[in-house]
Amino acid sequence: MMGLVPGPEGAAVRGEVARILPFSAVDGPGNRGVVFLQGCDFGCGYCHNPETRMACALCGACIGACPESALSGGPGSRPAWDRSRCRDCGSCVAACSHGSSPKVRSMEAREALDELEPYRPFLRGITVSGGECLLQSDFLAELLEQGRARGLPGLVDTNGSRPLASLPRITSAAEGFMLDVKAWNEAEHIALTASSNSTVLQNLGFLARQGSLFEVRTVIVPGSFDLEETVRETSAVLAAARSMARYRLIRYRPWGVRPERAAALSEPDEDLMARLAALALAQGAASVLVS
Amino acid sequence: MDSAETTIRDRGLSYRQKAAALARLGEERIAPLHISRRTEELRSARVVCDLMEGPAPWRPRYILPDYEAYFRKGSEFLRIEAPRDLLGAVFALLSIYRQIPSITGYPVWLGDLDSLLEPFALPNESDGLAPEQDRILRMFMEQIDRDLPDSFCHADLGPRATRVGRAILRHQRGAARAVPNLSLRYDSELTEDSFAEEAASCALDCAKPSFANHRLFQADFDALGLGPYAIASCYNGLPVGGGSCTLVRLNLAAFASNARVSGMSPEDFISGPLAEAVASVLEYIQERVRFVMRESGFFESSFLAAEGIIDPSRFTAMFGLVGLAECVNALLAGRGARFGHDRAADELGMAILGEINRLVAAHRDPNLKASGGRYLLHAQVGIDSDSGVSPGCRIPIGEEPPLPQHLLRSAPFHGPFVAGTGDVFAFEPTARANPGQIVDAVKGFFALGGRYFSCYAADSDVIRVTGYLVKRSEVERLRHGEVVPNASTVLGKNAIDNLKVLDRAIRR
Repeated sequence: MMGLVPGPEGAAVRGEVARILPFSAVDGPGNRGVVFLQGCDFGCGYCHNPETRMACALCGACIGACPESALSGGPGSRPAWDRSRCRDCGSCVAACSHGSSPKVRSMEAREALDELEPYRPFLRGITVSGGECLLQSDFLAELLEQGRARGLPGLVDTNGSRPLASLPRITSAAEGFMLDVKAWNEAEHIALTASSNSTVLQNLGFLARQGSLFEVRTVIVPGSFDLEETVRETSAVLAAARSMARYRLIRYRPWGVRPERAAALSEPDEDLMARLAALALAQGAASVLVS
Repeated sequence: MDSAETTIRDRGLSYRQKAAALARLGEERIAPLHISRRTEELRSARVVCDLMEGPAPWRPRYILPDYEAYFRKGSEFLRIEAPRDLLGAVFALLSIYRQIPSITGYPVWLGDLDSLLEPFALPNESDGLAPEQDRILRMFMEQIDRDLPDSFCHADLGPRATRVGRAILRHQRGAARAVPNLSLRYDSELTEDSFAEEAASCALDCAKPSFANHRLFQADFDALGLGPYAIASCYNGLPVGGGSCTLVRLNLAAFASNARVSGMSPEDFISGPLAEAVASVLEYIQERVRFVMRESGFFESSFLAAEGIIDPSRFTAMFGLVGLAECVNALLAGRGARFGHDRAADELGMAILGEINRLVAAHRDPNLKASGGRYLLHAQVGIDSDSGVSPGCRIPIGEEPPLPQHLLRSAPFHGPFVAGTGDVFAFEPTARANPGQIVDAVKGFFALGGRYFSCYAADSDVIRVTGYLVKRSEVERLRHGEVVPNASTVLGKNAIDNLKVLDRAIRR
């Protein structure tokens, strides 16, 4: 897990930004600009973008791995990334043994939103994702507040590891939340993510009751945790709060997952996905999406 | 064997396709037009092309009947009374469609089907159509597909949501037919989001409807004094109750292979060969218009004109252009700048388009009353024998930038094309999970000046070739030597082979 470097007194908050995507159909309703923040406090085996987990260790291993010579510098300092030469081939993150990427940028919220500005006519809003965006809560709040001022309301895509009930600036600035419930049983959650889920489940109840939950997601990985229990209990919380949140059941797929991890994981079949979707609806989830 | 005998003995054509081909041979026996030597040269160099209209234009190429007038009065010639219910209305439409001339023998515009039929709609409890009406409407759409097997038959919906509009989208989605082509006249202030999303979902499944920028079209038509418009054929914006006498295109890509042009400075090209070719197209259009309007006797013998279903004063003519990308790339070959990617190339493209627009807008045809005899610019989609010629101002397939950049870069090129233009995008099948994304893209595109947007999912059987639709399964049947009813399938097969239509970038 990485920390934020506080700026000098009075300076704008800076964030560590993993990536900015100007056009996404899969990060909330409609078309959205997505700001991915660097750093995550979970260690999920099936993580699809493990390069967003950690801060750069300044080892320089990625520099020689780049076939386009888009990276320069040396060990002991952050690699300089020449975006104009980068072909997004992924060689740098494949060479990184620290769960990081040389493409992470330190930015102000204004700068991140400026990059989305040309695409604003196409966007219904922004989604701030990660990594885990709540780890940079001041920067996240700035993004949400400034985004809203520009006519780009923001959804927060989170693993729920920070208690949202004690982050009022975030909850009042966000248009809504998308929350992962990775497993219901705490021991299974720890085995899956190396972290407890007690705060996640508190957040689930809090956001559902508050009416700001847009979507809950569970990645379905057969054999990794009790799928039925997770889907049943999560749906029951939504139903009890009369939440309109959509419950999205995501098929685990090996793309982007570190090969040594992927070998141990299996993909669900259609029958299983359909059974779990039916279970969620039977428990009272307002809507279910299988993807 | 002469052409007539070849046609008669052809094992791959239906009876109707043979009849149309034989009729064409008949027309080709005469050459009543006065064409200058310079224009003839440009015609044989394929720079100027009348797109299979034939040498003796005996009817306007595009006719858009005033179906509302027809519904008000009925037709004496057809012995049809003004309809009083939905069954009567669809009977009236099916009775007139085949009476509407075009160069294919099939009507290019079937009407604003939702606003025409909605007054006859009887709601059910859930505000949809009553079951019997829903069945009538479904069979009506099915009969259009069977009776008018031509992908250039085009119907319009919108801008407001209606019961009939929603039912048509539902039927189209389930049936996956190539006919009719469909446009949704979209205006973010008039079109409900839920209706637009239904349209986007339908488009992903069967490549229609396309989205037409209603506010832009209507503003342009109002500014030119042309009144109500509709979208016909591929995506042709034309006056309702009139149409277009002819469409002649300027093939800018043909300059690319011309040695005299390829070494030229852009300025010399624009003031020299380009201006000369534009003058030839204008001259050729004017001669074709003269023959249709003054000599053919079409308006004097048509019951549509006699009964006020069409009005000669609402006919215009279309100046088409094609292959802007290839022309720009050839002119800038030394600098390596590519159209759709480099600012210099896009600016040159805009300069060429601006000059064509200026020359066309300055020309007046004394035989046309609509917009004072001014022709309308049209981004032509190509013909099936084109190879290495991109439709209108489109970025060539295989060189498309990512979707947001593509939309940003294309929108300014849509402005001048009052008589239609459009971009086509193929999406990942997963786009079905979020049709709102398509609607958001359309909203932004139209806010930036885009005129027309088409899409389909990459796994759809019905796909948009350039401006018209084909069923891929029907193309495959054709490849196996089967006779297929839709003549456009042949065009689609050739365009798939020549224009790499199936290689479009897949957007996610």
